[in-house]
Amino acid sequence: MLEVRGIAKTFNAGTPNEIRALHDVDLTLDAGTFTIVIGGNGSGKSTLLNAVAGSFAVDAGSIRLGGRDITAWPEHRRAALIGRVFQNPLSGTAADMSIAENLALASRRGRRRGLGWALSGAFRRAMRERVRRLAMGLEDRLDNPIGTLSGGQRQALTLLMATWREPRLLLLDEHTAALDPRSADQVIRLSEEVISRERLTTLMVTHSMHQAASLGDRLIMMYRGRIIHDFRGAEKRRLRVDDLLARFEEVRRGEQLDESAAELLRRAYV
Amino acid sequence: MTLVVGAWTIGLILSFLALGVFISFRIFHFPDITVDGSITLGASLAAVLLIAGTNPLLASAAAFCGGLAAGATTGVLHTKFRINPLLSGILVMTALYSVNLHVMGQSNVPLLSAVTLTSDVERIASALLDGRTTLDVAGWELPARDAALLVVTFGTVVLLVAAVYAFFRTNLGTAMRATGENPQMSQALGVNVGNMTIAGLALANGLVALAGALLAQYQGFADVQMGIGMVVWGLASVIIGETLVGTQQLGLVIGGAVMGSVLFRLLVAIALRAGLDPNDLKLLTAAFVFAALILPGLLGRRVRA
Repeated sequence: MLEVRGIAKTFNAGTPNEIRALHDVDLTLDAGTFTIVIGGNGSGKSTLLNAVAGSFAVDAGSIRLGGRDITAWPEHRRAALIGRVFQNPLSGTAADMSIAENLALASRRGRRRGLGWALSGAFRRAMRERVRRLAMGLEDRLDNPIGTLSGGQRQALTLLMATWREPRLLLLDEHTAALDPRSADQVIRLSEEVISRERLTTLMVTHSMHQAASLGDRLIMMYRGRIIHDFRGAEKRRLRVDDLLARFEEVRRGEQLDESAAELLRRAYV
Repeated sequence: MTLVVGAWTIGLILSFLALGVFISFRIFHFPDITVDGSITLGASLAAVLLIAGTNPLLASAAAFCGGLAAGATTGVLHTKFRINPLLSGILVMTALYSVNLHVMGQSNVPLLSAVTLTSDVERIASALLDGRTTLDVAGWELPARDAALLVVTFGTVVLLVAAVYAFFRTNLGTAMRATGENPQMSQALGVNVGNMTIAGLALANGLVALAGALLAQYQGFADVQMGIGMVVWGLASVIIGETLVGTQQLGLVIGGAVMGSVLFRLLVAIALRAGLDPNDLKLLTAAFVFAALILPGLLGRRVRA
């Protein structure tokens, strides 16, 4: 479904703030797989998601989705194929517009927006039904501004918006990181539900080792802009939180070794 | 009384200015100074076409289209060439000053002998009233011309405001509002944010130019200086409207901009009547908008930007 070939991205190239965020990353996702991405701060996991979504142009490499080369497509065009949920619950919805209007916007993702009424009667009925499935009691508040809702409710609605029209690829960018534990659980449960019901090809970045161990059927670990581990199938199912922490520890120790070696060289030569 | 009726009529005409400013400042959060130039562009285009004998409705529509082009230019400068919003507007406004002089060929075009919407309304009103020149409205003696112009302007504003409201409830209009409010989300839902901003600014300046065309026909001339400070007048109207009806309901806010425009003109008329030096008008308007911008903060209430 998704084929990422040798993509690289350097931010602020040629300045003292140069950051090589992605090094030659390859990643192929089969249709219907749910892949988790983990990694420390600055490992490039969110950058990878943004590269696929088209938030910036990559410096090298190609991205194919559903058989089409989307490398040169602008973000809004890729949106026809991709559903997204952001880390910040405020990012995925328009606060001053009603729940109904937000959903109406999502229902036209990737389609022409003409002069038809945004909120037709048939759409309202479909909307009530699907909002009811969230089990948050929001179906009776469809005309309230979305800004009056809690972060968890907004994130659940953003998820509904991202999947209203079945996306070829669903991108979840630490979408529960800003929520309280109870809301986070609720949103994770809703995510699992929709992903398994519609067999969505999903790429999910998370900070939570617990989510990484318990969700998905593939897990990739990133470090300094590279994919350093890729667990699938039985290997992924066997992974526990402790195993993941052990892998992180390994990486950290490797990093310390690099640091001390660098220090040694500095002492010797500077 | 004539003064009040006149202020009402001008207030209603300028409600298109207020609507335009509402679209750029409030929906797109884009401080669009193009307005000062596009209102004059609308007036000068309409004036020149009317002098040439064009149908007044066509001349007004042409003015609207001129405004569309001006707003789209500002939008292109901002979205395609990444020029700061304020500077994009200033560049287009400055360029429009020369354009307007070229359109008119002189700095002032009188419309006294031309067939305009105003003269059409006068003609129809006098036919309907069998030539009577005054009307008795609840004991007030009103010139028939002024009353007829007020009624027709009111009808036009109601129709066009309803159209603008309806537009913002369509799929396209909803996407436009979302673009201004949350570009990141709009992008993720497949909205071309750049093009949507260009379209929004075009619509805003089209309405402003229409206000200019109608104003020129009402006051009987177009002048190259008439746009100066208009963006602040529009903003003052929007702010008054928001104070009256709040910022929550789209329909109310749009209606509020119209009410704000009328109220603002009435306040100006009363102030001038009470002996305010007309030269101080723009200073006071600026002071008023300044006060309206900072007072909510000083009073400790949070108000949406």
